Amino acid sequence: MSSKHSRKEPDISRRKFLRNTAATCGLVAATGVWGYLAYSDKSVRRSSEKIYSFKDYRTPDSKSRPSMVIVHGTEVNAMALAALNTLGGMKRFINKGERVLIKPNVGWDRQPEQAANTNPELVGAVVNLCRQAGASEVWVTDVSINDPYRSFARSGIEHAVQRTGGTVRFTTENDFVLTDLKGQVLRVWPVSRFYHEADKVINMPVVKHHSLSKCTIAMKNWYGVLGGRRNRLHQDINTSIADLATAIRPTLTIIDATRVLVRNGPTGGNLSDVSRENTILAGLDEIALDSYCLKFLNLQAKDVPYLSIGEKRGLGVVEWKSLDYVELKV
Amino acid sequence: MKFLTLQNIRRLYSVFFIFLFLFLAGITDFRNMKGYEVSLFLELDPLIAISSFLSGWTLYKGLALSLIIISTTLVFGRYFCSWVCPMGIINQWISHVLNRHRPVDDYRLNAYRPVYRFKYYLLTLFLVLAAFGALQVGLFDPIAFITRSFSISFLPGVYYSGTQLYLKQPLFYGGVLISLIFVAVLFANRFIPRFWCRVLCPLGALLGLLSGVSVLRIRRDVEKCTDCQKCLRYCHGGCAPHEELRVSECHLCMNCIEDCPEEAIHYGLARENSSIHSPVDVHRRRLIETAVAGIVLFPMMKSVVNADSAPAHSVIRPPGSIGEKDFLKRCIKCGECMRVCPTNVIQPGLLESGFEGLWSPVLMNKIGYCEYNCVLCSQVCPTGAILPLSIEKKTGRPPFQKPVRIGTAFYDRGRCLPWAMHTECIVCEEVCPTSPKAIWFKTEEVTLRTGSTKKLKLPYMDPKLCVGCGICENKCPVHDRPAVRVTSIGETRSQTNQMILSS
Repeated sequence: MSSKHSRKEPDISRRKFLRNTAATCGLVAATGVWGYLAYSDKSVRRSSEKIYSFKDYRTPDSKSRPSMVIVHGTEVNAMALAALNTLGGMKRFINKGERVLIKPNVGWDRQPEQAANTNPELVGAVVNLCRQAGASEVWVTDVSINDPYRSFARSGIEHAVQRTGGTVRFTTENDFVLTDLKGQVLRVWPVSRFYHEADKVINMPVVKHHSLSKCTIAMKNWYGVLGGRRNRLHQDINTSIADLATAIRPTLTIIDATRVLVRNGPTGGNLSDVSRENTILAGLDEIALDSYCLKFLNLQAKDVPYLSIGEKRGLGVVEWKSLDYVELKV
Repeated sequence: MKFLTLQNIRRLYSVFFIFLFLFLAGITDFRNMKGYEVSLFLELDPLIAISSFLSGWTLYKGLALSLIIISTTLVFGRYFCSWVCPMGIINQWISHVLNRHRPVDDYRLNAYRPVYRFKYYLLTLFLVLAAFGALQVGLFDPIAFITRSFSISFLPGVYYSGTQLYLKQPLFYGGVLISLIFVAVLFANRFIPRFWCRVLCPLGALLGLLSGVSVLRIRRDVEKCTDCQKCLRYCHGGCAPHEELRVSECHLCMNCIEDCPEEAIHYGLARENSSIHSPVDVHRRRLIETAVAGIVLFPMMKSVVNADSAPAHSVIRPPGSIGEKDFLKRCIKCGECMRVCPTNVIQPGLLESGFEGLWSPVLMNKIGYCEYNCVLCSQVCPTGAILPLSIEKKTGRPPFQKPVRIGTAFYDRGRCLPWAMHTECIVCEEVCPTSPKAIWFKTEEVTLRTGSTKKLKLPYMDPKLCVGCGICENKCPVHDRPAVRVTSIGETRSQTNQMILSS
């Protein structure tokens, strides 16, 4: 009687036997080839992640135009327009169809009145000027310290940017690419990829007190391009700031000194720490601009070592009066 | 073919409610929440309302919405499970996918089984525990279960696979445990369709009991019925419509009505030849045993070390949380606060606060920190374990005198860069959000190893100003075990977990 256990292996033809044997040998050979090809004394193959470096965003100098302008007034839109007109108009800096990246300080979940972030009206005005100059896209970005959604919303910058036709670019974890800053202390750091995708970059800091670096203005604002554990930079803050300012040369710098946080910076939070200065500055020389702004915080250039480090590297001049500057009231 | 059959109407409802659930889960964040009632499903849940009433003696705010479900269930029956409940609907769909649908399978799978009694015993246990003041219902309540599973495992998983929901990948402490339980519950449908709803769900049991008094029911005409049993084939609840219908199991899916070739089944009041119904199938002896088990379990659960009996330094509760003893009477571990937190600091705790506190919200400053101007977690809590805060109340701005503290920061000078290694740092001072800053520094001249001196800023913490937000701990460059750490002492919600005599 046959049961299910008594089924026999069928006879196979010579052709089939040879074919099966060949297949087996092929697999054995493939095992050997794979072993030969993949054998290595390394545990992983070299990471193929590309390392970027910053491009130079500057436009050629113009001899006929001033390189720094200081505008006093209360009407932010008019002040921004006046500043740019004095410098030769936004068209001097931005060509038609270019992508412009604006980097305000949007580090904190604070309201505009608390002066911890750049004045939203000024950001809106600059976005507008870029649009009028023919920029195809105007991106506004920062790597905030507080929650980015909250920081952009409460600073009023998200609203101002949307109203004037710009785009807020939030930097997600996947938006950081390794970038070589080629600095003395800063080498390869994760940087928001938007900097590598934009054609022109405008630095838009706010003037604030900072206990370690004494002040945070234009050069210190570049902290906000970095991801990773960037607070390690505090260990040598002056060289770090100079390294950042060396690595990133913006097209234009526009400084917000309408409200200045004079104490408890850079977070602030109390209106009594804010002083009304009703000033904006625009220019090409970050060091000169920073050194002008020291007076809002009762500082001298010697209190802020990164300015002289930068000057030695040829980034600009501390003595801003030596530049071709214009001061006007609107 | 008629389109507007009862079955299709039910399907429309279930699709609507599942999308409503997903929509509300999706918008539970700072940018999209606006004024939406994102905890709607939790607030509609009668089990949460009744058990948290038993533990806290109040029907907290939005939980009054559950009265709608209670009263309609008393009239119409246990319709919630197949028409509204996202957990029930998902389980129905999954069990449809996981099972073969030859008639022989359907008749076998949708028959009543004695194991369906188990949910009533579970309900008894949780209600007895709640009556004594231990709210554990969140472990098995279907809405709390699915909200937790979505917030802590499913939505973060969706994000990880590449869809943009958050700016930063949310990470959850022990989140995979919650994922595995969720997957296991869904997979159980492979063996018993709607395993969760029929066997485990204490809310289903509660609604089943309530529906025992309903006058509107599924009724079978014994004269017209030919005992073909076709009504059994697509039954959702396994309530034996071909026999003496088990009302407490019936989800009112209405399938039997349209499956009956004799039109012998209708929904409504009893008619002349309507069949009698079976009562709830539980043994009184088992029920008493379960209740006794709950009574015995309660003192054993309370006589353990937890955050109340011995303040645990790591049990930092979200701002607005009520005192620990009351907190455990209210928290249903639904995970809404964890979902809405912008910095991901609120984590499902494991055993830090005792077994009772499993999956209750705990702040872990290594992962995030409490955003100074944020009160979202207090806005979404459905049971009042976290009471609503305004930003003024949280930060102590007028008219409020003092900020809400959740803990206090302490320096570990052996790890602090300026203190231990004479290296410039004070990141903690930079990020401290209070004004004036709770973290301050002294500039001191220190002698280095080489004998030379260096001026250095050495940080200190002012306990009068620190609110315990933990941003200093989160941003500390020594980030594996930060040199400044927040512990729960000094928290506003506790009268006893204090260290300073007058502050």
